[in-house]
Amino acid sequence: MSEPLLKIEQLGKRFGGFVALDSVDLNVASGERLGLIGPNGSGKSTLVNCICGTLRNEDGKVSFGGAQIDGLIAHERTRLGLARSFQLPRPFHTMTVAENLHVPLIYTVGARSGHHLSAADLDARCMELLALVALDGKARQMPRDLTQVEMRKLELARAVAAEPKLLIADEAMAGLSHSEVEDIVKLLIRLNERGITIIMIEHIMRAVMAFSQRLAVLVSGKKIADGKPDDVIKDKDVVGAYLGT
Amino acid sequence: MRTPLFILIQAVIAVALYLAMHFFGNDYLFFAGYTVLQFIVLSTAWNILGGYCGYVNFGSAGFFAIGAYTSVCLFTIGQAPEDIFPAAILPAMQAIFPLPVPVIIVIAGIMAGLVGLGTGYLTLRLRGVFFAIATLALAVVLQTLIVNWSFVGGSRGAYVIPANTVPVFGPYIQYLFALMLLLVIVALTSARLIERSRLGVGFATIRDDELAAEACGVPTLKLKLIATVLSGALMGMAGAPFPFYIGYTEPGSVFDLGYAVNTIAMPMIGGTTSWAGPLIGAILLGTLQQVATVTISSAVNLLLVGLLLIGFVIVAPTGIVGLWQSWFGKGAKR
Amino acid sequence: MDFTLLMNAVIAGLLLGAFYAAVTAGISISFGMLDVVNIAHPAFIILGSYIAYIVNTHYGVDPIVVAFVALPAFYALGAAVYQIFYVSFEKRGQDSLRGLAFFFGLLFVTEVFLVLAFGVDYRSVDASYIGASLRFGIIELPYRLLVPAVVSVAMFAGLQLFLGRTFIGRAVMAVSQDPLALRLMAVDPTRIKRIAFAISIATASLAGAFLIIIQPVIPSVGRDYIGRIFAICVLGGLGSLPGTLIAAILLGVIESITSTFYGPSWAPAVSFGILLLTLAVRPSGLFGR
Repeated sequence: MSEPLLKIEQLGKRFGGFVALDSVDLNVASGERLGLIGPNGSGKSTLVNCICGTLRNEDGKVSFGGAQIDGLIAHERTRLGLARSFQLPRPFHTMTVAENLHVPLIYTVGARSGHHLSAADLDARCMELLALVALDGKARQMPRDLTQVEMRKLELARAVAAEPKLLIADEAMAGLSHSEVEDIVKLLIRLNERGITIIMIEHIMRAVMAFSQRLAVLVSGKKIADGKPDDVIKDKDVVGAYLGT
Repeated sequence: MRTPLFILIQAVIAVALYLAMHFFGNDYLFFAGYTVLQFIVLSTAWNILGGYCGYVNFGSAGFFAIGAYTSVCLFTIGQAPEDIFPAAILPAMQAIFPLPVPVIIVIAGIMAGLVGLGTGYLTLRLRGVFFAIATLALAVVLQTLIVNWSFVGGSRGAYVIPANTVPVFGPYIQYLFALMLLLVIVALTSARLIERSRLGVGFATIRDDELAAEACGVPTLKLKLIATVLSGALMGMAGAPFPFYIGYTEPGSVFDLGYAVNTIAMPMIGGTTSWAGPLIGAILLGTLQQVATVTISSAVNLLLVGLLLIGFVIVAPTGIVGLWQSWFGKGAKR
Repeated sequence: MDFTLLMNAVIAGLLLGAFYAAVTAGISISFGMLDVVNIAHPAFIILGSYIAYIVNTHYGVDPIVVAFVALPAFYALGAAVYQIFYVSFEKRGQDSLRGLAFFFGLLFVTEVFLVLAFGVDYRSVDASYIGASLRFGIIELPYRLLVPAVVSVAMFAGLQLFLGRTFIGRAVMAVSQDPLALRLMAVDPTRIKRIAFAISIATASLAGAFLIIIQPVIPSVGRDYIGRIFAICVLGGLGSLPGTLIAAILLGVIESITSTFYGPSWAPAVSFGILLLTLAVRPSGLFGR
């Protein structure tokens, strides 16, 4: 059995007296589509932050690609191949849509390979990414002129621009319409087929079930279920804590 | 416009300006013009960290002072090297000292850059607000240290008397003016180069959203340190000729409150997103203040600057450059 | 080491520290709890000093009494400043650069205005107790330090009671942690913040009176206090009033000892040195959240 791409062992995180994460174990295999669900405040975003380096975990270990990454700063983890989209999109508001994508291309892809992409190369890759999310028409616009779903797509495109091995999509579909949600799920599956391992954090069960090959549930900082989606949603603890009847 | 052309244009303007003033023959113009040029350099330097990265430096006077007092030190050593150096290296030192002003400027830049590096290393891992407060602290600590340091005169001050005239330029002030013109070209060219480079993109992401920048692979701490060092070094270089300009250097004039407020007001009024902003702000405010100091009083002119700063920050936060861009619909300026 | 000298330096430091706490209380609220970087706070304090000076010189009223009478005016001023700040910056979601520049401009303009109005001569006040001391054997408690210290501690106790026991006080503590919850309780976070900020400026009125009792004042004195205020705030831990008091006393004592044995010109460096050290080693301070 090969080593999982992302390995989280007994992860613990506290904020003062409040325990946000408690002995969480989670493995993600390369190429997998993992769904992560749980009530608000259960620690999902804290978990993402600990994985990506925005926060430091007090206990436990995070390993990526076989190597321990606990001591690394966020940008170092991105360069290793870990990317995330933010729950509330955080575009660079003084730059155009296209320029937003330049940033990971320059600072992750370029930095990783050691030689910088030429201006022509940058533009080409940029347009390719924008086409993937159907935003190529808006390349020269400013983020504030985008609609909600377009912002979410930009957020995802920017994460993908870093050429990650693992992408964490943090509630990328909150507040979107039915067809917009389908759009994003299709996009994520397409990205997965290109070889990116994806963790989807969501409340929209329809999307989670359509997307996930495996499902994990986080409640009050503890993982209470982890397995095939159809089994997990029938698990009585999960039903009691989160899904309801 | 490619950079060499930009430098050429600046050089042409600088030479033309200098020659015009030289043949006009009034040394007062050089004295007044020097302060404006000094402010162009200081504001441009401040803006590299403040405008491009979004990190406010309240201690510009501190970096300026490092430059000025490096000069005082080196000049004082140059006056009597035999008092400082041991006999073994004295002949070599006597050959080097007194150092020419351009060399002093470079050394001052290095000193100020190092201090910037140190302060930055201590505080840039924290929120921008703590960095700003630390810079305030730095200026006061430096002032206290210098006031208590007798080698540079302490609170009594030090005299730096340069030659009366210099070959080619004539009166010494014209030589200093020319040096400052050179510094202006260096500052503006650097700022513009940064803006258009990958480094500039990185700086802008730090300003816009540091968390997202890190997530995109931007090494924010390293870039912030670079900005702090560049900014501090330029300020130090601007301060280096000051003792030669003013003759009698005492801490009060070097740590003058006017430096702190002007280096912030000029870029914020001129516009913080472009190299042109500090330039415009410095020329406008600098000239305004020269006029006001002569016609009204220096305290009133500082009051005006402060009020203008508050006004612009509330009403026109993008500065004059920003207003220009929105009137003429430039949109995304790059 | 002269024991009497050391003893009195420590005592003076304790009293001075209590005064520093009063000076810092306002920032502890505005910066520590509301996250508003009001670096102009010292300017309001100096304003308070000058108001105390004018009324004291012309009508002979005790400066602390003047400060209490001026309290409502300072409160209103604080509310007005917060409103401008809120409308211009916080509401627009502007980066903190502009907010900082705004307060810096305010600090600057106030100082220059005071220079124009009063010049750069040192001003001081007259009160019956200034100049006299309370003596216990070798211990000397100068009244000009003792009276402000006592009133400072009282003010601190009052603030702490207010924050802990009243509804508005608790709302202030809550607003920094969970504005949404406040809204759900039909309390407007902006109004609470405005009240809190206004209170922080009101404390400046008292702090100003204390200041001019303790030492003669010129407009630039404000800048000396910026370092002390933020050093105390950071050392004590943002948002913790008890932490502020302890850190203030600590700073007061260290400064007093340094001053006594190495000379007063090193005093500013002490607070700034502590500030830089704390930021480098333990940025959350002694009691920080």
